[in-house]
Amino acid sequence: MSETSQAQPDYNYTVVRQFTVMTVIWGIIGMSLGVLIAAQLFAPMLNFDTPWLTFSRLRPLHTNAVIFAFGGCALFATSYYIVQRTCQVRLFSDKLASFTFWGWQAVIILAVISLPMGLTSTKEYAELEWPIDILITLVWVAYAINFFGTLVIRKVSHIYVANWFLGGFILTVAVLHIGNSMAIPVSFTKSYSLYAGAVDAMMQWWYGHNAVGFFLTAGFLGMMYYFVPKQAGRPVYSYRLSIVHFWALISLYIWAGPHHLHYTALPDWTQSLGMVMSVILFVPSWGGMINGIMTLSGAWHKLRTDPILRFMIVSLSFYGMSTFEGPMMAIKTVNALSHYTDWTIGHVHSGALGWVAMISIGSVYHLIPVLFNQPSMYSVRLVNVHFWLTTIGVVLYIVAMWMSGVLQGLMWRAVNADGTLTYSFVESLEASYPFYVVRFIGGCFVVAGMLLMAYNMYKTIRAPKGSIAADPATQPA
Amino acid sequence: MSMFWTIWISVITIGLIIGCYALLRWTLKNNTGVPEGESMGHEFDGIEEINNPLPRWWTILFYITIVWGFIYLALYPGLGAFEGFLGWKSSNQNIQSMEESRQARVDARERGDIVQYDRELEMAEERFDPIFEAYAKVPVEELANDPEANKVGQRLFMQNCSQCHGSDARGNQNGGFPNLTDDDWLYGGSPAKIKETLLGGRSGVMPAQLSALGEEGIDEVATYVLSLSGRDVDQELAKKGKEHFAVCAACHGPDGKGNQQLGAPNLTDTTWLYGGSKRTVVETLTYGRNGVMPSFKDTLGEDKIHVVAAYVYSLSNE
Repeated sequence: MSETSQAQPDYNYTVVRQFTVMTVIWGIIGMSLGVLIAAQLFAPMLNFDTPWLTFSRLRPLHTNAVIFAFGGCALFATSYYIVQRTCQVRLFSDKLASFTFWGWQAVIILAVISLPMGLTSTKEYAELEWPIDILITLVWVAYAINFFGTLVIRKVSHIYVANWFLGGFILTVAVLHIGNSMAIPVSFTKSYSLYAGAVDAMMQWWYGHNAVGFFLTAGFLGMMYYFVPKQAGRPVYSYRLSIVHFWALISLYIWAGPHHLHYTALPDWTQSLGMVMSVILFVPSWGGMINGIMTLSGAWHKLRTDPILRFMIVSLSFYGMSTFEGPMMAIKTVNALSHYTDWTIGHVHSGALGWVAMISIGSVYHLIPVLFNQPSMYSVRLVNVHFWLTTIGVVLYIVAMWMSGVLQGLMWRAVNADGTLTYSFVESLEASYPFYVVRFIGGCFVVAGMLLMAYNMYKTIRAPKGSIAADPATQPA
Repeated sequence: MSMFWTIWISVITIGLIIGCYALLRWTLKNNTGVPEGESMGHEFDGIEEINNPLPRWWTILFYITIVWGFIYLALYPGLGAFEGFLGWKSSNQNIQSMEESRQARVDARERGDIVQYDRELEMAEERFDPIFEAYAKVPVEELANDPEANKVGQRLFMQNCSQCHGSDARGNQNGGFPNLTDDDWLYGGSPAKIKETLLGGRSGVMPAQLSALGEEGIDEVATYVLSLSGRDVDQELAKKGKEHFAVCAACHGPDGKGNQQLGAPNLTDTTWLYGGSKRTVVETLTYGRNGVMPSFKDTLGEDKIHVVAAYVYSLSNE
């Protein structure tokens, strides 16, 4: 497939450039925070006896930074790029685009300030207080208007599958954010949730699981549907598969929240529905993985030479692995062992590092030369080193957390012949220490890779025209 | 739950799963107007899409999960107020007390319901109760010399008592948790008394004296109290304190030797519940103290309490 359109529309690449560069910067910050709090778990002196640096305050900052700053910037950058390129039209509004960039950065900066201060709504992945929530809503509405506005003025008859996923992601995240963040403010920095008791917990995990389902899955599937065929130079494997897995995925995901609340005060019927839908969800999730990986049919040899494509295909493998693991953990019997253990942390990171981060990194490596008018990345070898650092880091991380999690689950339920518990909680914590160290090392690998990426990006952007030779292996179609 | 909500939930749930099934059936057929294996004919920024059929193994997997979903929702609660054909529930509902819990267990058994919590409790009782019934037949003094029983007692202590009394059972003056390894007892250290404490709990109240004595008076009484255990104090001040001691004597006795009937500590020894510094004694007198030992009758039951009592008894009677 060669570039057929001679006269390309004048795309708005400014906002894409801004979000792309910030993706890398926030990635480094968010993941470094993760490495610090991972170290705090086996070396508590790293809390430095300072409230702003304690695990309890940095952990929400880490999750917000990697999900909404790193992941969010990656989604903004790629969605603005994809929607323009696949609709063959410039963004609906440059002003709104600029507002979403500066507004979103303001949200992140406010998070960086308020979370270490201990200002929190205490809702997981929605810790930011109500004034910031309102700013998020404004930015998100501007984003939605700009995205859907661009779809409306498109120059092609059909809407590409990547845009279905991106549209689904934008709409649902708006509903989730507004629904879950409803609160009664008592001061400028403090509010109380509008919901109480089991209803509050249900709302929280309806939001929490769909932050995973729509922010971290649907959005990144949209990214995948553009960059994988583009980088591989192959057509999407199955149009029909994309239809069935899109509709099944978005209609089933929204039910899955209660599996975070198995064996709690949530009514039995709600738990059952969450579990049943989670298990059925396994199949449409794999639909996306199959469609991505099979798109490589006839181009498998490219994996040998193209580290960017390798990032994308390995991310799809991690996606497949964690979407098998998730439904399994949603089964009550498995959940009874896995819940509250490090297994959950491992599962989250196989999705967040293996899938979300790797597909984003691959896409950003694809984007940088295009956005900054260079024939290739400054160093494709460094991209390859980055790939191996990330892969090794993620594998170390996940395996350590699996072992630690299963060990904790088994120790907590072990009983003596007289029915008394065999281990105290502290003993299970002590047993987890070696795995915490391995997890920390895995995290260091991932951050080291991100630093290489920042260097490579800087050199690519600053390179004089003509100084970088086109690398045939990583040339997108 | 009202009929309306049950219908609402059932329609949406079943409708969604059937919808997934219908979607799958529809996409299995080639309705695209393009031969299978060929490009759909749209092109987006150079990307084409092939009209490939759905993978067969994947389709079968989808069918299996849908069928499994229906079976699960038939057997277990899920569709609103419909309880499922198995009669399974995680626990009995609207329980307000231990009596109601016991009654609900009996009722559920009669109805033939599978209540998971009840079943697990019954399994545990079947396996573990005989062990403790056997121990309960042995007197505490004798059981305290049984190393196996002491191991069991220690484990129970670790899980239920160590949070306050410490894993070495030496207590903690910060919370007023007594040391159980010395032979000094607030309510008495006989096997019967230890069991009584465990079964019924204790509530040790020392009333605040600030309004009655004033700061000066408290300073005087504190000085006198310290003199009782042979501390070197200002004799003038202690003498004045003694004049106020009548109030204290009601519980602690005229000689300050305490009263195990009331759990009033002996003030003449060097064992202190909350600490024996002058500052702490002044604090105790000024604000009073509220010591609470909870009852373990419902959580552990009499047989396990018997074993714990033997372990605690063994700590100071070796």
